Amino acid sequence: MIEFRQVSKRFPDGTLAVEDFSLVIPSRKTTVFVGSSGCGKTTILRMINRMIDRTSGSIEIDGEDIVGLDKVKLRRRIGYVMQNSGLLPHRKVVDNVATVPLLNGVAKKEAHARALELLDTVGLDRSLANRYPSQLSGGQQQRVGVARGLAADPNILLMDEPFGAVDPLVRAELQHELIRLQRELDKTVVFVTHDIDEAFLLGDQVVILQKGGVIVQKGSPTEILTAPANDFVADFIGATKGKRALHIDRRDGRDVVLDSEGRAAGVLVEGSTGTGEEVPT
Amino acid sequence: MNWVIENLPLIGQRTLEHLALSIPPIVLSFVLSVPLGWVANRYRLSRGVLLTVLGLLYAIPSLPLLIVLPIILGTGARDSINVVVALTLYGIALMVRTTSDALGSVSSDISQSATAMGFSPWTRFWKVDLPLAGPVLLAGIRVVAVSTVSLVTVGAVLGIKSLGLLFTDGLQRNIVAEVLAGMVATIALALLIDAALVLLGRLLMPWARATRTSSTRRSRLTAEAAAS
Repeated sequence: MIEFRQVSKRFPDGTLAVEDFSLVIPSRKTTVFVGSSGCGKTTILRMINRMIDRTSGSIEIDGEDIVGLDKVKLRRRIGYVMQNSGLLPHRKVVDNVATVPLLNGVAKKEAHARALELLDTVGLDRSLANRYPSQLSGGQQQRVGVARGLAADPNILLMDEPFGAVDPLVRAELQHELIRLQRELDKTVVFVTHDIDEAFLLGDQVVILQKGGVIVQKGSPTEILTAPANDFVADFIGATKGKRALHIDRRDGRDVVLDSEGRAAGVLVEGSTGTGEEVPT
Repeated sequence: MNWVIENLPLIGQRTLEHLALSIPPIVLSFVLSVPLGWVANRYRLSRGVLLTVLGLLYAIPSLPLLIVLPIILGTGARDSINVVVALTLYGIALMVRTTSDALGSVSSDISQSATAMGFSPWTRFWKVDLPLAGPVLLAGIRVVAVSTVSLVTVGAVLGIKSLGLLFTDGLQRNIVAEVLAGMVATIALALLIDAALVLLGRLLMPWARATRTSSTRRSRLTAEAAAS
């Protein structure tokens, strides 16, 4: 569990990026911060592994204030995946994945063996292990980034718009891969995105932020969809239009689901309830 | 041509002496430029001052420098240390700016991700920043190497042994072949060291040839700009 208590961050240039932010991030769930650029979501994320130090307030991981912890050691036990993968271009894929174990002093052979297993885990062929990151496609690089984030088997995985720079098809593939991984691995995932669809798809808890790290609404995707806290949220999630404002029309003896423009989005299937989880798209 | 054939052992010996005078300044200017370039890149204030002052070293004429250095260092006028010190100063003048630019060319995304992985600042410098600066550093040290090999000859005016002695001796005794042989051998030595550096670069940085990203292309441009 990660707990923010009245956390503020003022940068040296005077900008107040985050003000009085309090939130509990539950363990083994995916929490997604979503908001427009400059809402402070990345700043909040980076305060967890102390890439950025908070100005006031406290941040606790499992009841332990992180301000008392050694930054370098703290970071080694928190996985981190970023946009554009951030892979080390001078190291082969296998060494990139093994980065943190190697830093922790794990023997090279052992670290490499584990790295190869992780390539399997993220759905990459082992034959890519000896390539350099630049020889991989964008989607493959992101997968390596995820494998690297998981290498030290951290409890917490921070993901800063990890799929922001890949094309929509690959993004969808990576998102579903992450859902599968999360089902297997059960990490505490903190995910940052500006894409509300991605937030609803991945998040158990979705936190909608406004400038200054102000929480406009938090809750499960269903809660937010069914009861947007205000007009801003309704507008942000597009609750009043397009594919989120669906209605049913009976045609030729079947229930057709139409969007706000009257375009067919699908048909209602008898008895199909799915898993009961929210699947908004 | 006869002169060359008859004096092959002498040319060989002068070449070795020349090499022995060239290698230390090349290595020293590389090694010393790393901390200086780091400081210049790290602290904005020091950058302008440091790079300007060190860059101006190159403006000191070499002959007077070789005459003044023994007085400052307390060495003999024909001591090879003078040449090594003088050429190291010139090497630093060329190399510090390149080193600073090379370290500055490392993408902040990569630096940040390395920090997020848990590299300490010290480890990050040696294992991430410096290796990634490698291609630009190589471009810089190649310029230093060629310049050093060429400048070593100046020491001959003071009687310090190198291929330059073939120039002075050839001029005094009016042997054109000797002067030409000195020039050809100097150029050949420069090319040889340059080729060795390129080879070393390929061995140490196999990734650089695999990586043709925009960032290295950008840094290569920086290096060329710094070298010209």
